[in-house]
Amino acid sequence: MGATQTNKYKSDGTAAGGLLEWVDARFPLMSLWNDHLAKYYAPKNFNFWYYFGSLAMLVLGLQIITGIFLTMHYKPDAALNASGIPAAFASVEYIMRDVPWGWLIRYMHSTGASFFFIVIYLHMFRGMLYGSYRKPRELIWIFGMLIYLCLMAEAFLGYLLPWGQLSYWGAQVIVNMFTAIPVIGPDLALLLRGDYVVSDATLNRFFALHVVAIPLALVGLVAAHIMALHEVGSNNPDGIEIKKKKGPDGVPLDGIPFHPYYTVKDIVGIVAFLMVFAIVIFFMPEAGGYFLEFNNFYPADPLVTPPHIAPLWYFSPYYSILRANTVNFFWIDAKLWGVIFMGLGTVIFAFLPWLDRSPVKSIRYRGPLFKGALAIFVVCFITLGVLGTLPATPGLTLIAQVCSILYFAFFLLMPIYTSLDKCKAEPERVTG
Amino acid sequence: MSCDDKMDCGRRRLLVATATLGGVAGVAAAIPFVSTFAPSERAKSAGAPVEADISKLAPGQMMTVEWRGKPVWIIHRTPEMLDTLTKLTDKMADPKSGRPMQPGYAKNEHRSIKPEFLVAIGICTHLGCSPSEKFKTGAESGVTDDWQGGFFCPCHGSVFDLAGRVYKNMPAPDNLEVPPHVFLSDAKILIGEDKKGA
Repeated sequence: MGATQTNKYKSDGTAAGGLLEWVDARFPLMSLWNDHLAKYYAPKNFNFWYYFGSLAMLVLGLQIITGIFLTMHYKPDAALNASGIPAAFASVEYIMRDVPWGWLIRYMHSTGASFFFIVIYLHMFRGMLYGSYRKPRELIWIFGMLIYLCLMAEAFLGYLLPWGQLSYWGAQVIVNMFTAIPVIGPDLALLLRGDYVVSDATLNRFFALHVVAIPLALVGLVAAHIMALHEVGSNNPDGIEIKKKKGPDGVPLDGIPFHPYYTVKDIVGIVAFLMVFAIVIFFMPEAGGYFLEFNNFYPADPLVTPPHIAPLWYFSPYYSILRANTVNFFWIDAKLWGVIFMGLGTVIFAFLPWLDRSPVKSIRYRGPLFKGALAIFVVCFITLGVLGTLPATPGLTLIAQVCSILYFAFFLLMPIYTSLDKCKAEPERVTG
Repeated sequence: MSCDDKMDCGRRRLLVATATLGGVAGVAAAIPFVSTFAPSERAKSAGAPVEADISKLAPGQMMTVEWRGKPVWIIHRTPEMLDTLTKLTDKMADPKSGRPMQPGYAKNEHRSIKPEFLVAIGICTHLGCSPSEKFKTGAESGVTDDWQGGFFCPCHGSVFDLAGRVYKNMPAPDNLEVPPHVFLSDAKILIGEDKKGA
C-alpha cells in the first residue's frame, strides 16, 4: 500500500515513510511541519535581536516544567504549623532544604521568572526598533501585549505563594489598588481576596490561577501569536516585506526556510542563554535581592509591614509611575490617578500600531526625531525602574514625575513626531 | 440583517431565540462560579468582635490587637499628645473627619469615644500597608524637624497625626479607619461591635 496507492504521498517505501503517510492521511502532520518550520520562509537577515522570541518559548517551557515539579511539594496553606510557621512558607523551605534537588527546581523557577521578563522586554524592544507592530502585524503585537499582561498577572500571583513578608504585603498593596476604582472598587477587592484581608482564601485562589488558569491562557495566546506571525510572515531589521519580491517558485527571494536555518541559529542562542541562566542559578540565585527579595525570607506577618516595600525589578517602572502621582486634581484622588496611569502605562504599548505614522518601519531608515524619542523613552523606562526599587524622597519623586511625563509623551506625541521625521528611503531588498 | 428571499426568517428567528436563551443560561451558570470568589461563611464569621484589656496601657503607649486579620491600634494619648491635634488642624486633609472613616461617636477632633484612647485600624488608606509609629517629636523622629508625633507609612510615605488624620497632599486619601468599638468597662474595649445609636 502507501506509495503505490496514490500520488498524494511521496513515501520512500520504508516503514517510517509508510507510517508517516498513514498518520498524514489522518492528521495534518506534514502540513503543520511545513507551514511552521520546513517551508516557513523567514527573512534571511535576522540578527541578534531575533533570538528572544524563541528564548521566550524556551523559558515558558522551563517555567511550566519546573512549576509542575514544584506543585508536587508545595502547599498553598496559610495555617500555622506545629512550629508556628505558615504551612506555605514552610513547604517552600522544605523544597529548598529537604526535597532532593528541590533547590535547583525552585531556583530555576524563581530565576526563570526574572529571565522571562528580561527576554520579553528585549523581544518587545526589538519590535519597537524595527517597527514589527506596524501593518499588517497589528494582531501579532496585540496578542503579544496580552501575553505580556498575562505574564505580569502570572508573576504577581506566583509571588504570593512563598507567603513571605513581601509576598503578603505586595499582594495587599496590589489588591488594594482596585479599591481606588469608584463605587465598585472596595467590593471588587473583597471579591479578589475572598476575605477582608489577604488570607488563606487569597493564597488558595492565587495558587489555582497561577498553576492552571493563567498558564492555559498563556499557552493559547502564544499559539495565536505564532499563528498570526506565520500568516503574515516575519518582519526583519530592514522593515520591508520580503513577500513583495518572490522567485518563480513563489518563494520570497530574501526568505530562507525556518528549519533548518533558524532552528540551528536559535540553538546557538539557546546555548548562550542557558549558560547565563545556569551562572545565575548556581552562583547568584537571589541576584542581590533583585530576583528574590531578602524580606521574603521572613514568613508573612499581617500585623507588621516591612519598613521598605519594593516590587521585583520587572514591575518597578510601573510602581514608580504609581508613586509619582501625588496630586489630587479634577476631583479625583491622587490614589486613583496613580492606578489609572500605572494601568495605562502597561497597556499603552498596544496602541503603537496606530500611533506610529512613519512611512518606514525600521529604525535603520528612521529620522533623528524617532531615534531621539526612543532613546529618551529607554532612559526614562530604566530610570523609573531604578527609582521603583528605592524609597521615595521628594527629590526622587520629582525625577519619577518627569520620567513619567516623558514616558507618556513618547506614545502620545508619536503621531506628530513620526510624521514630521525625515526618513531615509527603504531598500528594495534586505541588506543583511 | 434584513430578511431576504434566500433566508428562512422563521428558522432564523428560532435560531436567534435559541442562542439568546442559551446565552442567558450561560450567564446564569457563571453566577455560582463568580460567587465562589466572595468571602466564605467561615471568613465572614471570623470577623467576630475581639476584646482588648487596656488596664495596663500606660499613657503614651500603644498596643495592637488583631481583628478580622487586621492590626487594630489602641493608643493611650497623654494630654500633650492631645494638644498637638489642635495645632495640626491646618495641615490635615480632613481635620474635621468629614469623610465617613469612623462611626458617628468618633467624629470629633480626637476621633475617639474617650479623648485619651484612640482605637484605629492600623492599615494605611492608600494601599493597605501598616504605618509605623513615630511618637518621638522633632528631628529625632526621622520624619520632619517640626514633627509632632504620629504615624508614617513606609510603603508610599503617607503621614498621619496622633488621631490617625492624614496630612494634606499625601498618597493616602483618607484618615485611618476607626472600627466600631465600645467600652465594656474602664479596662476593657470590645472591638468590632457597638451599641446601636451609641
